[in-house]
Amino acid sequence: MIDKLKEKLKDIIKDIKIHNEKKIYLTIDKNDLKKAVNIIFNEMGARFQTVSGIENFNNFELLYHFSFDKEGGIIVSLRTFTEKEKPEIESLTGLIPGIAWIEREIWELLGINFVGHPNLKHFLLREDWEENYYPLRKGVKTNGK
Amino acid sequence: MNLKLKALKKSLWVYHVSAGSCNNCDIEILDLLTPRFDVERFGIILAASPRHADVLLCTGIVNKKCVERVKEVYEQTPKPCVVVAVGSCACSGGIFRDGYQMAGPLDKIIPVHVYIPGCPPKPEAIIAGIVKFLKELK
Amino acid sequence: MANRKVLVPIGPYHPLLEEPEYFQLYCDGEDVVDVEWIAGYNHRGIEKLSESKHYDQVTFLVERICGICSTSHPIAYCNAMEDLAGIEIPERAKYIRNIIGELERIHSHLLWFGLAGHFLGYNTVFMWVWKYREGILDMFEMITGNRNHYGMLKIGGVRRDIEDEDIPILKKTLSQVKGKIQMLTEAVLDDPVLAARLKGVGVLTKEDIKNYGAVGPIARASGVDIDVRKDDPYAGYNLVEWKVITTENGDVFDKTVVRLLECLESIKIIEQSLDAIKGKKGQICKEVREIPEGEGIGHHEAPRGEVFHYVRSDGTNRPVRHKIRSPSYVNIPTFKASCIGETIADVCIILAGVDPCYCCTERISVYDKDKNKKVYEFSDLVKMSVEKTEKIKKEIGKEGKLWKKLL
Repeated sequence: MIDKLKEKLKDIIKDIKIHNEKKIYLTIDKNDLKKAVNIIFNEMGARFQTVSGIENFNNFELLYHFSFDKEGGIIVSLRTFTEKEKPEIESLTGLIPGIAWIEREIWELLGINFVGHPNLKHFLLREDWEENYYPLRKGVKTNGK
Repeated sequence: MNLKLKALKKSLWVYHVSAGSCNNCDIEILDLLTPRFDVERFGIILAASPRHADVLLCTGIVNKKCVERVKEVYEQTPKPCVVVAVGSCACSGGIFRDGYQMAGPLDKIIPVHVYIPGCPPKPEAIIAGIVKFLKELK
Repeated sequence: MANRKVLVPIGPYHPLLEEPEYFQLYCDGEDVVDVEWIAGYNHRGIEKLSESKHYDQVTFLVERICGICSTSHPIAYCNAMEDLAGIEIPERAKYIRNIIGELERIHSHLLWFGLAGHFLGYNTVFMWVWKYREGILDMFEMITGNRNHYGMLKIGGVRRDIEDEDIPILKKTLSQVKGKIQMLTEAVLDDPVLAARLKGVGVLTKEDIKNYGAVGPIARASGVDIDVRKDDPYAGYNLVEWKVITTENGDVFDKTVVRLLECLESIKIIEQSLDAIKGKKGQICKEVREIPEGEGIGHHEAPRGEVFHYVRSDGTNRPVRHKIRSPSYVNIPTFKASCIGETIADVCIILAGVDPCYCCTERISVYDKDKNKKVYEFSDLVKMSVEKTEKIKKEIGKEGKLWKKLL
């Protein structure tokens, strides 16, 4: 699997981490994301699972998880980073219709802007939720203060 | 007020409100209708609208999106009515007490008369709670 | 444009909520033209709460995400932590996790079947199926002490053991439930009314499944052979013999059949697992002292599909980030593909076919496409669905005979 990925993605891959035989993490640049997802989802036929958004000390990290069910249940996660100041990344709703909800959720809870998303409005939180108040960020306490 | 409450004791119409619960308490409430517990033989019937209800069975932490709804349902229910908080979440917030979506627990939003703790409370416990309250009315 | 009056709600068999709506359907006459889903009524901030609790406490927290698939989340979470730290759980624990996971699958599918029966107008079926489900809940109480939210899982294994003397009673209850489920399956396959009512309704193609990333019985009903238990085995699923059920058509009838047949496979798994642990002793949990820095992914085939957990740790005893994705999150959007173009009378059974977490099915209302006025309440939709079944019964002229054997 690693060799197949290396061959298809070639120079897009910046770093590979093999956690064990079934969990592979590939670091790529956010501008190459659409291309990489197109290869993994359309050409290689992986199943889209979900997107995890994480806030780190000096950037935001997004992990796109895909599963190769019939090739041994291997999960390949694409790792990209965006800046802390004005985090934004291209929306992939054109490629994967089912990604619309999770992008809305990450926008709402972490504040990452998905450029080109057709419907970026509040999903889980109230319509009149405060601006710039992103509950999942580290600066916010568990009880929301 | 007492006369009206006595009239309540004949046949209780129960309305169920779920305000941000994990549904376990809701399913245990539904279980009460099934042949094993079958509360209909005691005259307890599930109402289709709060306007016909005598008892409000509330489950769930009240999360911020549900607050107005819960208040509205309470306003619509004709008084006197009995509000029962079913489950640890409605009684005190349970394990979600510290979350950012918490606007409850229930007794901060509407007055509560009966607390039935448990996660979820067994159907027997729910029946016992309601019967205990009815005895108190005497 | 039909100017229908709002019908008076009937049949208070299940709790009805008037507002707020989860689903808003826009209709043009009898046909659905668009669907919108409004969420957030159950959002409790669990991912954030997870960061404030230590790893063992999180196991109890995730149990309470959903009441129906209560043990699926702890299994996926423990899989994620065991992946992170590279822990292999003892064999006895693997079989016990099998048993708990599969018992939950049976209880969830029976619950679903009862509700589906209610939406179609088979109210006696609803009552009796939930009664059979009590047998499963009794088994849970015997093994774990509670009917739901069992607290059985722990990172490294399970928390309670199954005693040898309980096993004969468990097997007896299981065989009684098996008999009922077999009769249910025969009754469903044999009933001409159900076939006419459900075949061709709410079809999802393989393309739809891929685009939305849908999982679970609805994917398998459309012929997509995915099941985490076979594709990426964990717990004891590769230690017992069983098969994945798939059908080809992707309509609501197939979804029903897939779920019922899956229950029978689950019973096979439980029987084999009980035989494997009987008469033997063994460790049920490995001691885990520290969680190293790193990240882990765990998934589990819950009754509704794949539950996915991602955990990142930094060496302390609390997670840095815990991402949870339940199967309904990817399954519910398929509503857009399966409902548009269908008639309103079929809407509640199509949605029920996706088996969203129970409370979601309650809140649907229908709006007129042009006037933006609410035309139907959920209770109306249930009534329309029941009326359609009655109409089909009259047209066909006969009912399924096997239902009488069951009830």
